[in-house]
Amino acid sequence: MDKQRIHTNPQHYSWLTDQLSPPSPLGSGLFQAFWVGGLICMLGQAISDIGVHLLDLNARDASTFASISLIFLTALLTGIGVFDKIGKYAGAGSFVPITGFANAMVSPALEFRREGLVLGVGAKLFTIAGPVLVYGVGASVIYGLIYALFIH
Amino acid sequence: MILMYLKAFLVGGAICAAGELLVLRTKLTPARILVGYIIAGVILSAFGLYAPVVDFAGAGATVPLTGFGHALAQGVKHAVEESGLIGAFTGGLSATSGGITAAILFGTLIAFLFKPHAK
Repeated sequence: MDKQRIHTNPQHYSWLTDQLSPPSPLGSGLFQAFWVGGLICMLGQAISDIGVHLLDLNARDASTFASISLIFLTALLTGIGVFDKIGKYAGAGSFVPITGFANAMVSPALEFRREGLVLGVGAKLFTIAGPVLVYGVGASVIYGLIYALFIH
Repeated sequence: MILMYLKAFLVGGAICAAGELLVLRTKLTPARILVGYIIAGVILSAFGLYAPVVDFAGAGATVPLTGFGHALAQGVKHAVEESGLIGAFTGGLSATSGGITAAILFGTLIAFLFKPHAK
């Protein structure tokens, strides 16, 4: 039996698959990201208010308290396998908030645990968080230098 | 107070929907979008454009990753005001240490305690 040869190159193949794959439903995807993302932020607001009113924290500490709580919640939900389901439904609605940063650390650490405590858990925690911190800290240092030398 | 929750929901939701638009209409991976968001947060904050959003929407602006960038930039700014040039190196991570430490701690703990799930 002759093998059927496909005469194409990667660019053409990519064009072909783009033509044939149905466009992702824009409206429902955006709506799902919107309401889940909004809800996570609202939860953050509630935790922050608890920090201010019940724990006597100042605004900045309350905001940190909200971040820590959301990170803990995400880590736990990732551990029991629920966060993946939320992520599948909400897309950017779950990965744009701080919950996404937490999930991006926990998920690979959990998955690569069998590769050991150092190069498995220890290293994989930073698969995605690493680049985020590198460029975030990098950008802030550039701003800090400009601010110190020219503005302040 | 109820209004603050509504504003947090609407602004936070809109920032997330913008990220979803990038997912659906570009070939950017979530990791690249997160890197883009944190840099965007630093830049917007540096130009003084992000603080008004935080005043308006509270957690709707601080919980998305742009808020992480804002915290980095504000930390650097305050540290420079306090201790000069060295603040450019110390301010960012000082201001965000709570979140980063929590993510490292809880991430490690959960990785120890739970087994990976079949995808």
